[in-house]
Amino acid sequence: MAKKGVADYIRETQVWKSIFRHGPPTDARNRAAVVAGNVFLHLHPIKLKRSGVQLGYTWCMGGLTFFIFLALTVTGLLLMFYYRPTAEYAYNDIIALKEHVPLGIMREIHRWGAHAMVITVWLHMFRVFMTGSYKPPREFNWGVGVVLLILTLLLSFTGYLLPWDQLAIWAIAVGSNMAKATPFLGHGGPGAALAQIGDFVMVSDKNDVRFQLLGGRFVGEPALLRFYILHCVFIPLVVGVLIAVHFWRVRKDGGISAPL
Amino acid sequence: MSDESKKQLNRREFFSFVTVGWVAFTSAVAGLASLAFRYSYPNVTFDPEMDFIAGFPADYEEGVDERWKNGFGVWMVKQEGKLVALSNICTHLGCVPNWLPAELKFKCPCHGSGYYMNGINFEGPAPRPLERYKIALTPEGKIKVDKTKIYRYEKGQWDHPDSYLSV
Repeated sequence: MAKKGVADYIRETQVWKSIFRHGPPTDARNRAAVVAGNVFLHLHPIKLKRSGVQLGYTWCMGGLTFFIFLALTVTGLLLMFYYRPTAEYAYNDIIALKEHVPLGIMREIHRWGAHAMVITVWLHMFRVFMTGSYKPPREFNWGVGVVLLILTLLLSFTGYLLPWDQLAIWAIAVGSNMAKATPFLGHGGPGAALAQIGDFVMVSDKNDVRFQLLGGRFVGEPALLRFYILHCVFIPLVVGVLIAVHFWRVRKDGGISAPL
Repeated sequence: MSDESKKQLNRREFFSFVTVGWVAFTSAVAGLASLAFRYSYPNVTFDPEMDFIAGFPADYEEGVDERWKNGFGVWMVKQEGKLVALSNICTHLGCVPNWLPAELKFKCPCHGSGYYMNGINFEGPAPRPLERYKIALTPEGKIKVDKTKIYRYEKGQWDHPDSYLSV
């Protein structure tokens, strides 16, 4: 019998055993238990094909995207301590984040991370397409991924207004005018003229999607607050849930696809 | 459950109750969801005023006057005996063009749309001319601009008597 080391004594303590309810991952059963018995890891496939996790095959783009999402969550949370989403304070708080706070690069990290996440999401999609990983039984997960891509772009769009400078306001003016041109739902879009009975306008600038998005007819303070809540709470929550579904389906659909 | 109550509620009746219960629950949730949707449309907004008094017609000289641009988003343009209230919202995607006096044109900084002094577009992606707002005289002889009424050139509405003021 081999001599007991310090690690073995630690593994035998009640504290250790109460946290890890399996033995050391030295055999197949315990390696599976490591993944299946952990609330975070259980979304992950229990077994992966060695050829499937080669960097040349996956580019690690999905994992990088998730890592950047976590980094954005943490930096975004830190930014929220100093940023107030009102017309009076928003712009000055953005300046203060650079000038008055240690680690004034925090906002830039958040912004660069947002750019990087859009890039890695696209590359992940490209990789999945090129390796044919969208084919059955993974077609549902492709759909989840497309929704996640759109939500990533919406996160970037809603975050763009928050600095409350000229670039932000006019970018959102342009973006929300695209919402105005939505068929039937926007008052400037095709179909809005059809939904008009005499003088009674059914789709007007007071009840279309643009009004709902901006909380008014112009890009003003209500729009800033709405975009802030969408950016910091609403969309990240939906993204978080869909990420869990996305990872779970990777596991349930047979793990990462492997080269043929 | 006693034997008596078992007789009172048979399997078919039980499922009837369950069905009614689920229908009631689902419609309650749907009703709350539609109320939550309506909740996103406030009844009162604090948008800028949609009409304003713009002084007397004699206050304006020939050409483009920018005094109401920042407050109300309106250029007063006096040309060929007509005074019009021109919207400063680009018809492409809603930015605010600049009046360039040296080149006698409105130029949008976002995507480069250009308009003549009368509001007709001639360059860039703008699909149609700038819009005119309703302009009228009050009993005191002052100008009143009403931004809720819009007159569009491409619809032939610039001939409408409310779309300009003869000066």
